[in-house]
Amino acid sequence: MTDTNTTTKARGSTGLSRRRFTSLLLASGVSAPAILRASGARATDSVKMAALLDLSGGLDIYGRPMLMAMEMAVEEINATGGLNGKPLELITYDTQSNMQLYAQYAQQAALQDQVDLVHGGITSSSREVIRPILNRYNTLYLYSTQYEGGVCDRNTFCTGTTPAMTSKSPIPYTIDMWGPKFYSIGADYNAPRIMSDWSRTFGEQAGGEQVANDFFPLNVTEFGALITKIQQARPDFVCSALIGAAHLGFYRQWAAAGMLSEIPIFSFTFGSGNEHMMLPPEESEGIITPCSYFQEIDSALNRDWVSRYHARYGDDAPYQNNVSIGGYEGTWLWATAVRNAGTAEREAVIEAMEAGTSWTGPGGTLTMNAANHHSSRDIFFGRCTGGAWEPFHTWENQQPSDTDGRCDLIANPGQNVQFGAE
Amino acid sequence: MPQTFAPRHAGTLATSVLILGAAVVLPQTLGLFTLLQLTVYAVMAILALSLSITWGLGGVLCFGQAAFFGLGGYTYAVAVTNFGESTLPILLAVLVQALVALCLGWFMFMGRLSDLYVGVVTLCTSLILFNFANSTSDPWYRIGSAALNGFNGMPAIRGINIPFLPGALLSPVQSFVLTMLALLAVYLLCKTIAGSSWGRVVAATRQNPLRAELMGYDTARVKLGIFVIGSAVAGFAGCLFVNWNGFVSPDVFGLSMSAQIMIWMIVGGRETFVGPIVGAFALQALVSRLGVGSEINANVVLGGLLMIFVVLVPRGILPTVRDGLLSLGRKWGPGKTREVN
Amino acid sequence: MDLVLILTLQGVVAIATILLFSIGLAIIFGMMRVINLAHGEFMMIGAYGAVKSHEAGLNLWVAMLVVAPLVAALFGLVVERVLIRHLYGRLIDTLLATWGLSLFTVGVVTMIFGNTTSGVPTPLGTLRIGDYGLGQYNLVIVGVTLLVLALVALVLKRTSAGVLARATMQNPEMIAALGYNPRRIYAATFAIGSGLAGLAGGLLAPLTGVIPAMGVAFVAKAFITVISGGAAVILGTGTAAAIYGVISQSVTYVSTSVIGEASLFLAAIILLRLLPNGFAGRFFKGGV
Repeated sequence: MTDTNTTTKARGSTGLSRRRFTSLLLASGVSAPAILRASGARATDSVKMAALLDLSGGLDIYGRPMLMAMEMAVEEINATGGLNGKPLELITYDTQSNMQLYAQYAQQAALQDQVDLVHGGITSSSREVIRPILNRYNTLYLYSTQYEGGVCDRNTFCTGTTPAMTSKSPIPYTIDMWGPKFYSIGADYNAPRIMSDWSRTFGEQAGGEQVANDFFPLNVTEFGALITKIQQARPDFVCSALIGAAHLGFYRQWAAAGMLSEIPIFSFTFGSGNEHMMLPPEESEGIITPCSYFQEIDSALNRDWVSRYHARYGDDAPYQNNVSIGGYEGTWLWATAVRNAGTAEREAVIEAMEAGTSWTGPGGTLTMNAANHHSSRDIFFGRCTGGAWEPFHTWENQQPSDTDGRCDLIANPGQNVQFGAE
Repeated sequence: MPQTFAPRHAGTLATSVLILGAAVVLPQTLGLFTLLQLTVYAVMAILALSLSITWGLGGVLCFGQAAFFGLGGYTYAVAVTNFGESTLPILLAVLVQALVALCLGWFMFMGRLSDLYVGVVTLCTSLILFNFANSTSDPWYRIGSAALNGFNGMPAIRGINIPFLPGALLSPVQSFVLTMLALLAVYLLCKTIAGSSWGRVVAATRQNPLRAELMGYDTARVKLGIFVIGSAVAGFAGCLFVNWNGFVSPDVFGLSMSAQIMIWMIVGGRETFVGPIVGAFALQALVSRLGVGSEINANVVLGGLLMIFVVLVPRGILPTVRDGLLSLGRKWGPGKTREVN
Repeated sequence: MDLVLILTLQGVVAIATILLFSIGLAIIFGMMRVINLAHGEFMMIGAYGAVKSHEAGLNLWVAMLVVAPLVAALFGLVVERVLIRHLYGRLIDTLLATWGLSLFTVGVVTMIFGNTTSGVPTPLGTLRIGDYGLGQYNLVIVGVTLLVLALVALVLKRTSAGVLARATMQNPEMIAALGYNPRRIYAATFAIGSGLAGLAGGLLAPLTGVIPAMGVAFVAKAFITVISGGAAVILGTGTAAAIYGVISQSVTYVSTSVIGEASLFLAAIILLRLLPNGFAGRFFKGGV
């Protein structure tokens, strides 16, 4: 290698780049109008719904059954005449448990495929990636899993449960049943923290006391130290918002330490990842959870739905829990609004939703709240018995009152925030 | 060992013109969606180049390149939220990462850690950052007006504006042009370093540290230097990523992020600077294509591809294709054999 | 007093758990210099082997202690043959290839079994110490770990097969010249390392959630333990596991689990700076 020669060559190429650089800066100004081209006419031959769900990677445990639920809703809607004479088309995007792909696919759904609704997002994190993008490109968004509540955004509708529904009545009920002292544990992120805050608020109103709240990273599998701490604190019950497969370790080690029969567990999240099926029955016996849906709910509508579900996907189809059934409920609620509006156009559907669109399905009746764009719904208190859920109490028509007095999208359509616990 | 990274005037020129041409022509011809996709691919190409500097050129085995990428993103996000203007935050994203790399590199190289242990320390660093960023969901963790927000990540972050004009946010198309220009600048930076006399010392240190040391070069300092530059570029990529996404979450520190960068390099060809760019574009496009309406598990395809490449095409697409063409040329060309340089 | 006892016991269990899921990697990485990022997936395969064979009616102990390591070892043999064999001596390539293997395996297992698997029950009852309780099964883990360590040490130190394996790792040409087939020895060693990972997966199956992606939670910790340990499979890894187990467990008890995890990684960085060749390089030169 002859050094001097190649070195000058390299210098030469940088010199060249400087000239190019300036011309490029000019080019960037010229190209700005291209954005105008994005707002083309939407396709009119079908109504399109985009499903943004994790169908592979760590979160597919939620995404796969949810997609099945969505597919069922879409098939039923098309079998009953479609939407205002047009078929409903489902476009699925596998976000592969990757936040970057949520952003990419939200852009693709809005700009390229020009869908009428984006439905999906599982974690709150993914929802917060999607939401600003869909706001920017004027595409309606529906988020249908249970979450920490508080989103206040005119372009977004939420149909899952919020802490106002799962804490307000269930926490006092549990305190009556088991005693006032509870020890809160949860996964270390916003939703469990906000759930823990709400359970303290409602617990204290009912004369209870939250003796501690501990949070654990999602990848923690070893809970020995926590169990010792709980044994020291001797609460009347444990209030859990643990999430994910790693945290199953807690329930297992808890049972192995012989605690299951001594200190009962109330959980906001147990069952959302089908924990009750992944644990042997003797390790989940007696855990109670308030939520919007169990496959075991004893109503004619639900029995019929479950049998149709198994007819469609086979006897070993995954259990539909309160998270995954959101795919079915959300799709139907939106479709009802589209039918009411007579069009899938965004503004008209928002107005139809705000007029209080209501739909009754296997989990009871959902009614959209105009002020905060969340739906009210029934809450079932379930007890884990022999590895299955046994609903033992029902609160009908629970309101999404998390943001009452704070969020009013009718009076103030420009609001776009997420509120925390009071 | 084939001579690598030697600046070849024609190749550099062609690549530069290609990037430049794309930046000028594509906004006129492609739709907004495609431009948005290309923007993030270009950001990742810059990230791939940053590891090309650190590992490809400098031979510093950095398993935790995501640490600098992520910190760059967080630095930008926190700063821009506080300042409401993006000029200083971009500079900070670069400078802070240079500083962090200086401290970490000092600790590693002056301690004469072996290559593999450098890898482990960088890996640990990214895992610590991952765990730390995940554990900041308590509202107590805030810097100025920016809450770090833990696992959920920081949403709705301001994009880049025209320097010192907070009102003039870049449109997505302008962001695309900016990102392509940045890619070009980083590519030329790589070429310049590789072609400089210091770059030759770096290459010598990578190929035979002992010999370089005996010739009187302070190899620890050389490695430190290249590590700082690579990390600063990664920080810059992080800042551009947040500009594209308007969002940053602890995922940016993840093991899969670090591994992904290496995958792009391997597939594209780690002995060149164009290879990682090609690898980043190609694999990103593949990953997003796999996820739309298909029944195939994307991870199976990606994993299978990676295994096949490592075993069958270990040098990556670009060098393999180039050498194939050259040897064809030697075989068939009328005596026009050219030195591979 | 009860508290001290239970905390000590939990510390011992934590150390044993770390050791158990690191030992397979210690052999594959420590001896063979193959960076196996799919280590967690070998564990996962062991865990699935245990769960599925127990579901099919096999005795739980047989499923965990025999089927799990066997399945993983077989898988290891195949992987060695198809993938790893081409990559000896190419450290970084082993990392990339096994990263691919990890993605691939998780995907394939998800396609076959889905991602909801019912777990196996935790056997045995509870050990009561005053107000506190601890699963007796945890003590089984400690016992099995000790047994495995003793066996590995015995094989490596005292049997000709072990000596041969160690010699092959140092100088394969010489071993070939002596008339042995180093390829077979590599394959066998890799299979044994995989089998031990599978055993760890099988034994941990009753304590954690068994899903295709379960390996992720273990792989980083296993690596840090093994690398801090250095070249001595038993002594080095053992010391590292002891130090990390005590640090993370006590910090978690005193403060939070987050700080516990962070302190573990921080300790690793500092240790590496002080002992660039791991414990083995400093204290157990030439040991096993």
